[in-house]
Amino acid sequence: MKQTRKVASGPWPRLQRAWDIRAAFNFVGGGTGAGLLVMALLAALDGRAWFVAAFLGLAFVAFGLFMVLLEIGKPWRAFNVFHHPQTSWMTREGVVALPLFACGGAALGLNLLGLERAGVIALAATTACALGFLYCQARILRAARGIPTWRNPALTPYILAAGPAEGASLYVALAVWTDGGTAWALPLAMALVVARALCWLWYRKGLDRTGAPEASLEVLDRMAPGFHLAGLALPLGLMAAALLGMPGGAIMATAGGLLAAIAGWQAKRVLITRAARTQGVAIPRTPVRGRGQSHAGARPGWIGR
Amino acid sequence: MTRYAMVVDLRRCVGCQTCTAACKLANSTPPGVMWRRVVDVETGTFPNVQRVFVPTSCQHCDNPPCVAACPSEATRKRDDGIVIQDYEMCIGCGYCVTACPYEARFKVEAVDFAYGDEPMRHEAERYNDDMNGVVQKCTFCVDTIDAGIARGLTPGIDPDATPACVNSCIANALTFGDLDDPDSNVSKKLRENRYFRMHEEEGTGSNMYYLWDKGEITL
Repeated sequence: MKQTRKVASGPWPRLQRAWDIRAAFNFVGGGTGAGLLVMALLAALDGRAWFVAAFLGLAFVAFGLFMVLLEIGKPWRAFNVFHHPQTSWMTREGVVALPLFACGGAALGLNLLGLERAGVIALAATTACALGFLYCQARILRAARGIPTWRNPALTPYILAAGPAEGASLYVALAVWTDGGTAWALPLAMALVVARALCWLWYRKGLDRTGAPEASLEVLDRMAPGFHLAGLALPLGLMAAALLGMPGGAIMATAGGLLAAIAGWQAKRVLITRAARTQGVAIPRTPVRGRGQSHAGARPGWIGR
Repeated sequence: MTRYAMVVDLRRCVGCQTCTAACKLANSTPPGVMWRRVVDVETGTFPNVQRVFVPTSCQHCDNPPCVAACPSEATRKRDDGIVIQDYEMCIGCGYCVTACPYEARFKVEAVDFAYGDEPMRHEAERYNDDMNGVVQKCTFCVDTIDAGIARGLTPGIDPDATPACVNSCIANALTFGDLDDPDSNVSKKLRENRYFRMHEEEGTGSNMYYLWDKGEITL
């Protein structure tokens, strides 16, 4: 069996290959799943149907974790992931996933048994765990100190905002066709989509403040116009039209919700697989050889501090 | 206490990659996996340009981000400062690869030999199936160090207790030793020369020191 040969040569920041699209799916699933569970809880508190949204939320989180299982080299050792809760955010993510699925399963089961009140209480616990799960995912990226575009502290609020925005957008796309209702969901989704865009701008400015690999910034800046069009302007317009009761509102809300969610997923794919470069080699001084002098060093492929 | 460190004299390194080859021979790493490599950095603008050869590997940091990130405790720091990898604990998640600021870690997906499907002699001798599907990295040749110490040898002084890269260096640009011993070869070099550590702003406390001039003032 042959592997792709990856030679780490040259001083320039290099695209990381340890995590691929499967890892990106984990961040997509965790974020969207947590967002859907938040919306399911709000629907439950509003006295509306929440089973489908909660089930989908759990399914998204489970799908993301399953993708991780496919990515790791030794899947049968997966339980070793629980060994290091003292400092590892990946361990903490795994630890939080246990009560998340236990409470989620209980919530769905109680709902099916007709125990509505107990089901909502279990759903509230599930949602709290899901938000904890999402926070762990944000911190996983921040602790990846070898990838400047991930370790930037401004990425944490983006990940925390993106999950609920994606979940709420997907909820809107579904709710207009079910009993979930969209009276509060539409404006909430619109607000979350705006918050996500603002957090993206903050993140991008954060990279300017700390410096980042030139190639990473190029990828992010190339993606940004499409992200803001498909993930902000168009969804906002479509959802606003639906909110104002224009003809075809349900279709527009669905299209807007799907667009906003897919744009967020695409942004995460780019973040994990395309913009994730190492910081390369840096030398603050050149060596003094013979009778020469030392000169300022170099940080090839890097922009900013 | 003992704290092993490596001192790299950038004034001496000629970029010959002998240390890279020695490491590959000693540790039998698969193609594309280089626990040790020498990076060629070009500085300045034409016509005032300079090439600097920067040997790099796992820096065996005082605060290793890989150890903090590792969910399985497969990556640990020994009392003597050497960061090691337990291949039987590692789940191959690759998180430590992204946590390392020095590109010193490699996730090996599958068995791979340098020439075709059959291993060369040194590859066959050193083959360890536990090292496939997990992450691997420079160990400062910890087996050699431990075996040498057991025989009463001194790492950094006696070749049989010293990392292969240091033994192989043709320019004597690499020095290995105990940083906590004020009389060790590395301590003396750091006292007598100016040095920097790579990505010092990251606060990792790298234990690989780069000498760039004589004198006692450090950056």
